[in-house]
Amino acid sequence: MELFTPDFGLIFWMFIAFALLFLALKKWAWPVIIKSMDDRAELIDKGVEYARDAKEQLDGARKEAQKYIAEAQKQQAEILRDAARIKTQIIDEAKTQASLEAKKVMDAAKLSIEQSRKEAELQFKNEVSKFSIEIAEKMIRKQMASDGAQVELVNKLLDEIEKN
Amino acid sequence: MTNSFNISRLLLLFACIFAGIGTSVAYANDHEGEKLDVKEIIFEHLGDGYGWEVPFVHQYRIPLPVIVRANDGSWHSFSSSKLTELVETENIETGKIEHHLVSVPVKIEDGDKVYTFYLSKSESHKNKVVQLLPVDDASSSVAAIDAEQELPEYIWVDGGHYLEYRPFDISITKNVLALLISAIVVTLLMMCVVRWYKKNPMKAPRRGSGFLELIVEFVYDGVIKNTLGKRASKFAPYLLTAFFFILVMNLLGLIVIFPGGANLTGNIAVTIVLAVLTFLVTNIKGNKHYWKEIFWPDVPIWLKCPLPIMQLIEIFGIFTKPAALCVRLFANMMGGHMIVITLILLIFIFGAFGMAAAGGVTVVSLIFTIFMLLLDVLVSFIQAYVFTMLSTIFISLSTEEHEAGHAEASGMHERETHDSERKQIQSA
Repeated sequence: MELFTPDFGLIFWMFIAFALLFLALKKWAWPVIIKSMDDRAELIDKGVEYARDAKEQLDGARKEAQKYIAEAQKQQAEILRDAARIKTQIIDEAKTQASLEAKKVMDAAKLSIEQSRKEAELQFKNEVSKFSIEIAEKMIRKQMASDGAQVELVNKLLDEIEKN
Repeated sequence: MTNSFNISRLLLLFACIFAGIGTSVAYANDHEGEKLDVKEIIFEHLGDGYGWEVPFVHQYRIPLPVIVRANDGSWHSFSSSKLTELVETENIETGKIEHHLVSVPVKIEDGDKVYTFYLSKSESHKNKVVQLLPVDDASSSVAAIDAEQELPEYIWVDGGHYLEYRPFDISITKNVLALLISAIVVTLLMMCVVRWYKKNPMKAPRRGSGFLELIVEFVYDGVIKNTLGKRASKFAPYLLTAFFFILVMNLLGLIVIFPGGANLTGNIAVTIVLAVLTFLVTNIKGNKHYWKEIFWPDVPIWLKCPLPIMQLIEIFGIFTKPAALCVRLFANMMGGHMIVITLILLIFIFGAFGMAAAGGVTVVSLIFTIFMLLLDVLVSFIQAYVFTMLSTIFISLSTEEHEAGHAEASGMHERETHDSERKQIQSA
């Protein structure tokens, strides 16, 4: 059977073709392809690992950030509370200060009012005494218009001096 | 979308079928008087040839160089178109002109010598180029014998008796050209992938090169690396080259027209070379343990000592393993081609029985042909894969590392793995 008898020419060329193909691919193709595939697989593995690490770190960072946020919120609350306290304190202080000041002003005002009242009283007294003296002078002048009355008065005064 | 696609595919199928009916009927009408030599046609398509047939014109072949070494050691090269001549004959019964290719002797003058080459028609060198050695008139009485008389050793050509001498023939035949085309196709495909890597380092290839990379990965990671482990990179170039060469040869063989159609892996010369290469790699790289297993296997002593029974079996096994590789690939691919060509020939055989028979057979045989070709695409891949896988296992068995320290402890385990690998081989 011609199908089962190998032809030498074809064996020869097959060997050459295979050898050339093998050498060419061994030199230029397979190392590049296999290396690229391996490198890429490694890169992808590394990428996945990196991503996992990054995610872990991110989770850690997030947790930390939340911790910080909670702390900050606590501090904020404290500060706010302090502020409120200080505010009321200041207000109270201001109030007392103000009332003190007001009292001082009032006292001073009272004092000055008292003084001016006293002065006014004094003045009034003086005025009144002046008026009364003038009235008394006028009355005395009227009463002393007669000589008899004058003598009587002198007598009377003399009596009084004598009694003393 | 898919619906319209399906419809267009169906239409295409029907178009193919009706075109087939048309041609077959036309052929049947044209060649009514002719007898169909089925065996000849099948063997022509399965075998090699000095020219490459082009579609639709049976008489014309793409000429290829014939390179032969004559009986006196001189090399000669000429175009294969010189070996045949187109002859027109008139069919007496139908009156139609028919064209035939007739083999004619090629005379090459080299100085004062004349070399005559001829496409043989004899039984022993059928369709091969032979050198015609003229019978010496003085020494023989053959020339005097009547031309009509048949002589066993001599052939009658061109008005003379000649002895046929089969020269050393390394012609670029159809199969050799197909071989070179396959090698170039494999190189181009792989260079395409390599170029992608050079251009886009660290990026996954897209489309065509992505598909090629997928196949490389399938073979390299799935078969070579799994079986050979650390030794993978050492043997991967050979195994991958074999895989892709076989795959491309298989697939190109399924394409009917010019760059394809050669029954390459269905030719025993091609598969013998592949098997011999695996045989060489296996035995040259085989380590001490491999040879020890052959000449002094771990079996009861009476099996190997006085009579070397096991040794004989093992040595026989060295040769049967690659022989099985060779025959498996050859038989599978040749079988596929043979079934397809036979199915197509059915149309022409039944063409003789008239229009209705030809039409019916055409539909059935075309459907079966399409099915067989699709199956052959699968078989092409499977056979390339099986060849690579078995080569990998043979190489793995012959180069397996055995540490002296735990040889005894792990002996049982190793034998188990050996057995499982052997079973794998047998099942494949």
